[in-house]
Amino acid sequence: MLLLGFGEGLHQQLSINNKGMGEGIVVLWGGTTSKPYKGLGKGRPIEFIEDDIDYLSRKMPELKYVGGEYSRWGITVKYGDKVLSEHVTGVTPNYEQMRFHIPQMGGRMINAEDVKLRRRVAFLGADLKVRLFGDEDPIGKQITLNSIPFTVVGVEVKKMQMNMYSGPDGDKVSMPLTTFSAVFGNRYLETVIYSPHSFDNMKGIEKRVFGVMGSKYKFDPTDDKALWVWDVVAGQKEMNLVLMGIQIFLGIIGGLTLLIAGVGVANIMYVSIKERTREIGIKMAVGARKSYILTQFLFEALLITFLGGFFGMAVSYILTEGFKRIPIKSDVLDFMGRPTISWEIGLIVVFILGLLGGLAGLFPALKASSVNPVESLRYE
Amino acid sequence: MIELRDVIKDYQTGKVTFRALKGISMTIEQGDYIGIVGPSGSGKSTLMNLIGCLDLPSSGNYILDGREVSKFSSNELADLRNSKIGFVFQSFNLLPYATAFENIEVPLIFAKKNSKARKQRILDLLSQVGLTDKANNKPTEMSGGEMQRVAIARALANDPDIILADEPTGNLDSKSGGAIVQIFDKLSKAGKTIIIITHDAGVAKHARRIVHLKDGYVDGNGSASNSH
Repeated sequence: MLLLGFGEGLHQQLSINNKGMGEGIVVLWGGTTSKPYKGLGKGRPIEFIEDDIDYLSRKMPELKYVGGEYSRWGITVKYGDKVLSEHVTGVTPNYEQMRFHIPQMGGRMINAEDVKLRRRVAFLGADLKVRLFGDEDPIGKQITLNSIPFTVVGVEVKKMQMNMYSGPDGDKVSMPLTTFSAVFGNRYLETVIYSPHSFDNMKGIEKRVFGVMGSKYKFDPTDDKALWVWDVVAGQKEMNLVLMGIQIFLGIIGGLTLLIAGVGVANIMYVSIKERTREIGIKMAVGARKSYILTQFLFEALLITFLGGFFGMAVSYILTEGFKRIPIKSDVLDFMGRPTISWEIGLIVVFILGLLGGLAGLFPALKASSVNPVESLRYE
Repeated sequence: MIELRDVIKDYQTGKVTFRALKGISMTIEQGDYIGIVGPSGSGKSTLMNLIGCLDLPSSGNYILDGREVSKFSSNELADLRNSKIGFVFQSFNLLPYATAFENIEVPLIFAKKNSKARKQRILDLLSQVGLTDKANNKPTEMSGGEMQRVAIARALANDPDIILADEPTGNLDSKSGGAIVQIFDKLSKAGKTIIIITHDAGVAKHARRIVHLKDGYVDGNGSASNSH
């Protein structure tokens, strides 16, 4: 029970952590062609530009969002007398949905208007905000990026991020895509990200993307080196399988433990029957049917199992609830999750207990009901 | 009512077969008062287990009230032991954790009597054996004679026709033993069939008919050996 509880907690927490980078997204990087195509040689670099975002979403209506980002490291970020060297990205507003750049209360994410007007606004990662501002409310405050003033419009909610391709989001400054290219002069996007309406045919969509971009940049749609692809959806599916595996594993351990307990109960019942052989004989002599003896011992075994089971469940419940209420904030707990007992787990355990108790009692009870009354009366 | 025809009983211990009864034939009528005597190993207890439907013969016929017992199912045998036969053992065989009241209650529960009827019957039986004040005593809190009287009350619970007693006075002093035998005499007068296995000539004397067993055979038939 406790094991399954821990498994469930781990599952839930890892699923949340896994979504730190975003859910249902595919990340694309420009690559280098490895096949000649239409008279063009191999080894040609493919790079994305801002227009590719619009282009891709126009050409592929099956995509719900298409976004992209510029990126630069080592930008001097300054607030008051604090000076830091940080990673700065220029992003599309749909990073809020795709990459979970969700603003804390009181602030906002970069929006379409910011992009259109190339506003100098900044959205801070949660950890960076603490390093720069401490407890101070940063919304509306001025910071400078390489001496250019920006207004902070939002801070990202704190998130546990297990997947990342350019450092954790908590340490980044984000600004509108258009502002970034105007300020830093980048020509090429770091990545393009898309998220389809349906996740059923991720491979097919990927092929279409290669086709669309291949016709624009003139590379062979089957050239898998032309674009680098990270299908986060597939990764998350795999992760779910691994987590299910862990849970099954914990379940098996728990099951084996219960099995041993069941053998224990059966053993107790055998001893008890041995000691009560004479009692069984007496009852048979005064008219007990076999079924009565069988029921009696089966009932006793079930009673023992369920008493033990409910005691165990109570302890499990108290432990897990206690664990949830531990007030410390620890990275390990953030990562591992806290044990959770669900109704399903409870029902499964009750079912297994019943089955186990029945089996543990059945064989000794069968033995008890089949004793010869003459011999059991003689038993000392 | 009880008829044994050429009853043989074998016991198998490993590869060795031991023949405890080597062909017993006898008839016991309703209301008989029979003493079964004989040396140790003569087959007395085996015979009693067969008559009491605790065991079935290896061959031969046991006819009880016109029905062949070996054809009964295990449930029918259990019901028979519950309603028709009352057992009294040498070592009392009371449930050690239960009070006198509860011990007498057991066969009534198997007979599916309701709790009111059970209570009425138990109190009645306790007064018959003179133990009304011991209803809530456990076996460890009673003397041997008292325990045997509880056992007799239990045997009588469902008003059986037959009382089977295996050395009922064997573990008792002569005074308590005498009191037990008097109860059997009374029951016999009330019309019950009494079958007592005993070593004690003084007890056997009370029976109207004595069956001598020797090496698994009936050794003579002293039907006229006693008279009251």
